[in-house]
Amino acid sequence: MLVLQTLVLGPAHGHTIAHAIEHRSEDVLQIEHGSLYPALHRLEDRGWIASFWGTSENNRRARYYRLTPAGRKQLTAQTTRWERMVRAISRVLKPVSEQ
Amino acid sequence: MSWRRFFRRAKWDRERLREIESYVQIEADDNAARGMPYAEAHAAARRKFGNSTLIREEIYSMNTISFLDALGRDVRYSLRALRHHPMFTLVALLTLAIGIGANTAVFSVLNSVLLKPLAYPKPDELVAVKQTAPGAAGLANIAEGLRLSPSMYFTFAEQNRSFQAFGVWAPGTASVTGLAEPEQVRTVYVSDGALQAIGVQPALGRWLSRADQLPGGPQTVLLNYGYWQRRLGGDRSVAGRKITVDGRSREIVGVMPQGFRFVNQDFDLIMPLSFDRSKLSLPGFGFPGIARLKPGVTIAQANADLARMLPIWMSSWPYRGNPRIYETWRITPDLRPLKQEVVGNASEILWVVMGTIGMVMLIACANVANLMLVRAEARQHELAIRAALGAAWRRIVREMLMESVLLGLMGGVAGVALAYGALRLLMAIGPANLPRLTEISLDARALGFTLALSLVSGLLFGLIPALKYAGPRASLALRSAGRTASVSRERHRARNLLVVAQVAMALVLLVSAGLMIRTFQALRTVEPGFTQAEHLQTMRISIPVQLIAEPQRVTRVQNDILDKLAAITGVASVAFASEMPMEGIPPNWDDILIEGQTYTSTEIPPLRLFKYVSPGFFHTSGTRIVAGRDLTWTDVYGLRRNAMISENLARELWGTPSAALGKRFRTGLNALWWEVIGVIQDVRENGVDERAPAIVYWPSMLDNLYGPGPLDAVRSVTFVVRSDRTGSEGFLNQVRQAVWSVNPNLPLASVRTMREIYDRSLARTSFTLVMLGIAGAMALVLGIIGIYGVISYAVSQRRREIGIRLALGAQPGELRRMFVRHGLVLAGIGVAIGLVAATGLMRLMKSLLFGISPLDPVIYAAVPIVLVTAAVLASYLPARRAAVVDPVEALRAD
Repeated sequence: MLVLQTLVLGPAHGHTIAHAIEHRSEDVLQIEHGSLYPALHRLEDRGWIASFWGTSENNRRARYYRLTPAGRKQLTAQTTRWERMVRAISRVLKPVSEQ
Repeated sequence: MSWRRFFRRAKWDRERLREIESYVQIEADDNAARGMPYAEAHAAARRKFGNSTLIREEIYSMNTISFLDALGRDVRYSLRALRHHPMFTLVALLTLAIGIGANTAVFSVLNSVLLKPLAYPKPDELVAVKQTAPGAAGLANIAEGLRLSPSMYFTFAEQNRSFQAFGVWAPGTASVTGLAEPEQVRTVYVSDGALQAIGVQPALGRWLSRADQLPGGPQTVLLNYGYWQRRLGGDRSVAGRKITVDGRSREIVGVMPQGFRFVNQDFDLIMPLSFDRSKLSLPGFGFPGIARLKPGVTIAQANADLARMLPIWMSSWPYRGNPRIYETWRITPDLRPLKQEVVGNASEILWVVMGTIGMVMLIACANVANLMLVRAEARQHELAIRAALGAAWRRIVREMLMESVLLGLMGGVAGVALAYGALRLLMAIGPANLPRLTEISLDARALGFTLALSLVSGLLFGLIPALKYAGPRASLALRSAGRTASVSRERHRARNLLVVAQVAMALVLLVSAGLMIRTFQALRTVEPGFTQAEHLQTMRISIPVQLIAEPQRVTRVQNDILDKLAAITGVASVAFASEMPMEGIPPNWDDILIEGQTYTSTEIPPLRLFKYVSPGFFHTSGTRIVAGRDLTWTDVYGLRRNAMISENLARELWGTPSAALGKRFRTGLNALWWEVIGVIQDVRENGVDERAPAIVYWPSMLDNLYGPGPLDAVRSVTFVVRSDRTGSEGFLNQVRQAVWSVNPNLPLASVRTMREIYDRSLARTSFTLVMLGIAGAMALVLGIIGIYGVISYAVSQRRREIGIRLALGAQPGELRRMFVRHGLVLAGIGVAIGLVAATGLMRLMKSLLFGISPLDPVIYAAVPIVLVTAAVLASYLPARRAAVVDPVEALRAD
């Protein structure tokens, strides 16, 4: 979901995605950047993202990923579900914290 | 997971590698931009990325089907293992290929002949219309029950409620003139309804129609594909052309498609029976019937329907006597599925052969299992170590099974090739009695059978060593496999069991083969009623009405042919008869009334076989005249009512052959009396395994056989020439020229020696004998190899023990005996079990045997002796090696 969200803004390559996630989570989600690739592979496998070879900002060849329509739909669905979950959890937690 | 990716996973991996490289580059660039030295920037980038190999593996495995992957690895491993033991692999493969090949070949025959439906539309609806008549004495002489009469055909066709279509038919021959040399062709005569029942549309033109069946209607003929190609060059505008059949011009109305057979007949022409209703009476039971049942009608219902019509039939047609007389015959409709009719008695043989070949396969499997056990034993140490190092025993079992299944499959492939060759050979030889020969092929079902057989046999012989050596107890082996002096009894149990089973099965097969040999012997000693069959040349010549009308002239021409034939050099004597014994031509039969005996009007005397012969026939064929004399030409031309009868008929009616001479009989109450002038040795007309029927021999030209009527002569006869030049091409040419010098329009058909006819009648037995003989020989050889293998392996395993024994002073002879005894015990147990099994199983073969009991003592004594002798020999050879073991060397080894 995080990967998909990153790609909403436009195509990006692995390096960018890894840094973006690290960055946006304010370094809470420290991951080994390599472990991103199996995830990318799986997403591509499911048809949610597509990939192509392109040139990076500093003229390196890099594999770019972009969101497919199916991926976009999936992202919306997951986000909705996630938000519902978060709301539910926080509702459950609130009364406890008040008492 | 997708298959496409599974096969492209290597390419994917390269993609990923490049992608990872690009990540590292970019990260390193960033790092370098922050001022890190180049090398450090790279190292940091790699650190940041993590373990790239691990990640690639993770992605790679996402792309694989792990089961398939493991399978591929096992296959490669097994192939390597098999390649490293070429002798083992070769022997195992050869055994399997022969076993599987034989099974595949026999199964494809069985499948094509017995299992595949007939090549007609909706074959399940087709039935052969037959009937039995348990009340008709003497009918037992006529094989296959009571056929239909033309009047029955009309009654059944018009009044039945069960058939979509129904007709009668009859095979025959005819001569075609005007196309090339006069040619005798095979014909099928059909009534209306017979072609409609079969339902195969003509390839060209039309069927015979109802109008074609009217006597005096259009003269038409339907061609078979082969004849059309052969004689009319496949001319597509052939319909409407005319050919001359039996001297009569007939219009071709159509051509049947390629491969079409009429029930069990290969034929050239189909012609209408064109019965003349106004002249029919009740009898004339000469026609097989064929019908297509209405949907949903069972055979039992159709039988009941026919039974309902029999009284109608009896009261609707004229008869020379009391028509109710047929009630005493108790005619019973007996419909059969058409397939059963086509296949005939081949099914029994095929099942027996399949059973025996299957048993050979089991023996072959046992042998290969034995080989596998040897290998497994040799690998025991390795397996134990692997198990100790943590290999799951499941995995070891899987590996061993993989090896055996692979062997099985490779054997299967080789077997299919063998079977293909065997089938081609079979079709080239073309055993005469095998029905549906042209339909035999290696089809999908046969190949499926082979695949299943290969897999099952692979699992079968692989499972035994796998379970024995790869079990959880494998670690035990480590302790005992090393320097123990002797070998535990338990380790040999599986191999001993296999050998016992092999010997038992070999015994059963040898007994069955032995019984067939005895049957064959018994058949050969039966006096058939003719002598020196190889010196009798036979040929069939028919003189159609259109060619020569007057019976007197027909006999004259036949007589002239005899004279011309007799003039050929090297010919001892010549004659003709309406048919030769065992020739398979549907005979004539009827009842006779004896002078001085009164017959009630409600009984029909026993039926007798009627044959028509020329003077000198018995002399030529070598049939003894027991009493009285032969016919003379004076008898024939003088139309003297003199006839001859067979010895068994003479004894039945008048007690002794000589008492029969001078006695008189007739064929009906209004017929004239005939006098018995000779009594003839009994002849096995229907084959040596059938009883000799009671026969009346008439002259070939006679008048008033059934009361006042015109003179008649038999027009289709088999000429028989006794000469020691039979079979040579020069002789046959002279024979043809002799016949054509009398009349150039007479074709010669079925030119063969009496020997061929005789062998053909034994074909069923000889085919079974050959098949069982092959199976028995294979079983014997495999059994001997089995015993030899076990004993020689035991010897090699116990070298150390032998060495110790020798060192302690054991006599070499004593040691030899020890091993031979081992082999004998195994063979003995096998023989005992086999004998018990054989006594049970041989009952199934009873119908194939002749003149001996299924428990024939000679065979049951001889086969065990053969087997035990072979076993002694097979164990003596390796035992001899035991005696020459050098104790020092044996003890020093490993």
